[in-house]
Amino acid sequence: MFRYVINRLISLGLSLLAASLVIFAVVEVIPGDPAAFMLGLNASEDTVAALREDLGLTGTLGERYFVWVGGMLSGDFGTSYTYRVPVSDLVAARLWVSVPLALYALLLSILLALPIGMVAAARRGKMLDYGIMGLTQLGIAVPNFWFAMLLVVLLAITLPIFPAGGFPGWDAGAFAALKALTLPAVALALPQASILARVMRSALIETLGQDYIRTARAKGLSEGQAIRRHGMRNAMIPVLTIVGLQFSFLLAGAIIIEKVFFLPGLGLLIFQGITQRDLIVVESVVMLLVFAVILVTFLIDLAYALVDPRLRHSR
Amino acid sequence: MTWPVQLRLGATLFGLLLLAALLSLFWTPYDVTELEIAAKLSAPSAAHWLGTDHLGRDMLSMLMAGARTSIAVALVAVGIGIALGVPLGLSAAANRGSLLDEIIMRGNDLIFAFPSLVIAILITAVFGPSALNAILAIGIFNIPVFARVARGAALTIWPREFILAARVAGKGKVLISAEHILPNIANLLVVQGTIQFSMGILAEAGLSYVGLGAQPPTPSWGRMLADAQTFFYGYPRLALLPGLAIVLTVLGLNLMGDGLRDLLDPRLRRAVR
Amino acid sequence: MIGIEKLSLTLSGIPVLRDVSLEIAAGRTLGLVGESGSGKSMTALSIMRLLPHGAQMRGAVHLENRVLSELSERQMCAVRGAEIGMIFQEPMTALNPVQTIGDQVAETLLVHGAASRPEARAIARERLARVGLVPERFPLDRYPHELSGGQRQRVCIALAIALRPKLLIADEPTTALDVTTQAQILDLIRELVREEEMACLFITHDLAVVSEMADEIAVMKAGAVVERAPTAALLREMRHPYTRALFDASRHQPERTAARSEAPLLEVRGAVRDYTLRRQHLFGPRPTFRAVDGVSFALKRGESLGLVGESGCGKSTLTRAILGLEPLQGGEILLDGQPVSPRMPAELRRRMQVVFQDPYGSFNPRHRVARLLTEPFHLTGRPPDLEERIGEALENVGLAPSDRDKFPHEFSGGQRQRIAIARALITRPELIVLDEAVSALDVSIRAQIMDLLADLQGQFGLSYLFIAHDLTVVRAITDRVLVMRAGQIVEEGETEAVFSAPTGAYTRALLAAAPVLPSV
Repeated sequence: MFRYVINRLISLGLSLLAASLVIFAVVEVIPGDPAAFMLGLNASEDTVAALREDLGLTGTLGERYFVWVGGMLSGDFGTSYTYRVPVSDLVAARLWVSVPLALYALLLSILLALPIGMVAAARRGKMLDYGIMGLTQLGIAVPNFWFAMLLVVLLAITLPIFPAGGFPGWDAGAFAALKALTLPAVALALPQASILARVMRSALIETLGQDYIRTARAKGLSEGQAIRRHGMRNAMIPVLTIVGLQFSFLLAGAIIIEKVFFLPGLGLLIFQGITQRDLIVVESVVMLLVFAVILVTFLIDLAYALVDPRLRHSR
Repeated sequence: MTWPVQLRLGATLFGLLLLAALLSLFWTPYDVTELEIAAKLSAPSAAHWLGTDHLGRDMLSMLMAGARTSIAVALVAVGIGIALGVPLGLSAAANRGSLLDEIIMRGNDLIFAFPSLVIAILITAVFGPSALNAILAIGIFNIPVFARVARGAALTIWPREFILAARVAGKGKVLISAEHILPNIANLLVVQGTIQFSMGILAEAGLSYVGLGAQPPTPSWGRMLADAQTFFYGYPRLALLPGLAIVLTVLGLNLMGDGLRDLLDPRLRRAVR
Repeated sequence: MIGIEKLSLTLSGIPVLRDVSLEIAAGRTLGLVGESGSGKSMTALSIMRLLPHGAQMRGAVHLENRVLSELSERQMCAVRGAEIGMIFQEPMTALNPVQTIGDQVAETLLVHGAASRPEARAIARERLARVGLVPERFPLDRYPHELSGGQRQRVCIALAIALRPKLLIADEPTTALDVTTQAQILDLIRELVREEEMACLFITHDLAVVSEMADEIAVMKAGAVVERAPTAALLREMRHPYTRALFDASRHQPERTAARSEAPLLEVRGAVRDYTLRRQHLFGPRPTFRAVDGVSFALKRGESLGLVGESGCGKSTLTRAILGLEPLQGGEILLDGQPVSPRMPAELRRRMQVVFQDPYGSFNPRHRVARLLTEPFHLTGRPPDLEERIGEALENVGLAPSDRDKFPHEFSGGQRQRIAIARALITRPELIVLDEAVSALDVSIRAQIMDLLADLQGQFGLSYLFIAHDLTVVRAITDRVLVMRAGQIVEEGETEAVFSAPTGAYTRALLAAAPVLPSV
């Protein structure tokens, strides 16, 4: 187990290194001179040089890369060109919207999908199964931001249960904050829950054909008992894979959904960054997003080892 | 072999939208770049079957041309994924456990850490927004998907004895991959292709909704939704129509994928035989 | 004790069992033999009522004074595992990979409410020890993947007998195991049946195994029992012609008229093959595993040379090196004096062909027979008389030239093995490597293919390298035999001499473990 964790940690570090190189290359190498790029065509040589100095963009590429990475490691994400404040301050506040939103949606998706998938697998080939499969097929096809718009009209405007947009902040109390995040989270979770429920169903059905289920039945377990005691944990292996992939979709989806609900999250920051050519903000936020995805992959790898003893012992 | 119901239903749905998209290449009821401010937000009528939008553009024409954008972007992105991902996956499988395999798989993991939205953000930040960005972003994300599917499926074929027989005949890895592996994993790739196609439609809609995809005046469903948002309460039609268009296209493609899986899955076919 | 009366079964309307009647008394073993598809396993699953969907069962199954076939599913669950235990063919997949062996054995007790959790663990420990997995070496918290195939089969037996059932059903319990492991498992089952006074239904395709295990034998063919008698009487009388045919086929000895010369065709000299394993640490060295360790032998022209050994002994690795698919790390392999390697010339490759084990896996399912047959011409180029050669090759193996346009799935297993032989013949090779080429076939088909191979050898002066784990087959078809263990040849000699008077301890153990058909 120890060796497995160490190996995964090394892999985590290498992934972060590679990702940071890619992002640095795209943002700071491809445009040529980032300072000139940010100021546009008409900027004078002096202003560009001043900005370069200002943003710490002097030195060779290698030096700049190490300054950037070193800064991030110590919590310094550079200075925003448009806001003229440290990017870390900008990001910190917004992280507290986007990450809880993605996690909230992930939780909803799992809580919805697993029982539904189980019921469908247990009733496979029956009407209820066909009904569930039809609904999930529809759920996958619905774009989450469009579904969000429908939710706003139904549950915020026609029936004013939830706020139509905006975020009161966590200072306003967890309840108010969660209430503001509920519609966005539901909209995000629906398509992902549909996918996950289908995966759960087919993973369970797949295990039903396995020899160890036959062994369990020969021991005297009923079909239901065999599924619960032996099918479930084995089915979790493919389900975990999908949960891991879903987090990155949810994080990306959160950024889009924020636009529907005018939530002050990373999405808002990054789109402003793009329109104002604030490369420093874009670079850092992208790195953060990728970091979150890689971190979740790492956590999922650890979860695999908890579910599957073969991983704990080998490697 | 009869087609499963899902396949027929899916193919019909998607076929109709594809037809509309193809038709829009030559003809739409109105020019989609033509703004008719006087007729803005008009309800469906004989002149405008589905009404007009906030700039007086004909909704039906917009939807037809939007289908063209969505389908083209998603299709080219699937093409990129297959053209690059499948050869990568096949060569990783052919050289299983080698450095090449390791590099390809690590590269895959790395791309997986960049959701297509993030790729689109990066590209747009540097090159500015365009439909081409959406194609690139979704296409790049498709590469590891196809590489993984191809590698995984190829690995189940490689230990089979007919591959050993081909090696005894002196055939090399490239020829074996092309002649024996690819035809035997094509089913899976076709099914994955329809899935990625439908995901591409959704992703394109999302990207153009946040302004990272097709730019005006090129009509696109995501863009139409973004424009409709402010008018949604008063004119729900503006948002419902493009949304439904997306749902139907994706649903059609997914049904096709499911149907194809049933039709092509060798396990099921063996059971029938 | 357990009785089956006129059991008939249809699967989605297709008849599978017809009027099967059997009884087994406590402490006795009934051997159920037959070829694949004869309905042996379906009979067992009918007793357990674990039939696939779409199965329709008629007739009655009695256990003591109850009629099992009339019980509800809930009542049946109480019977399964408690009164009837069952073990299956594939120990590698029969256990849940994510649960400890202790939990899996204890579950039998817990699900029947026969013990509290601590008691169940204590009994599980005792039962595992009973099947030879002592707690000191195999604590309850082991996972299946930490055990070998034989050990896993012991776990399966432990969980089947945890509640001391009245009937134990063993469905091909040793088919997937090596012969020495098989002998141990058979001993264990025999002992358990005697000591625990169980009735045992022992299902197998292997007549030698059944004649060693059973007090009584029932022979099945196409869903019906054709003959049933106490073992000794059945072996002596063989009243039903099918029984006789089955036994004749099992000890079939093809007539061989090959002329052996002294000139060596294939020479292996000090062959070494190392595999690099996964790194233990990210930057550590890659450990190597020596699969073939200094093997030397010569195969003479016109000879049939057998290569036997248990799984993992290195015979498959050696085969791949001989076929020129993988490089050696030491020594050399010569075919008619020319070195064999992955880069050997096409003409040399043509002179050596191969037939594999699995008649279902050895063809690309998407190609027609003609294309499959011509694959060996890939390097040499197609001969001008290609069409005639295809027809000729098919006729040589007893198929029709018109079969050339069919797909492999249109043939039976035996016919496919003929196609595989035709593919090997088409380049007119001198050496054919037969890699477990008859192992997957039923005995009657196997006898036919062995005859065919013997014919072809005489007709074309072929040399065979016959790789197999089944000692009976090797004895019937080879002139000389090599015994391989842990990457090395541990014994070599004339087949009859090795089999009747083995010199090495390992060969002796191997032969002692192999069940033999009593000669009548």
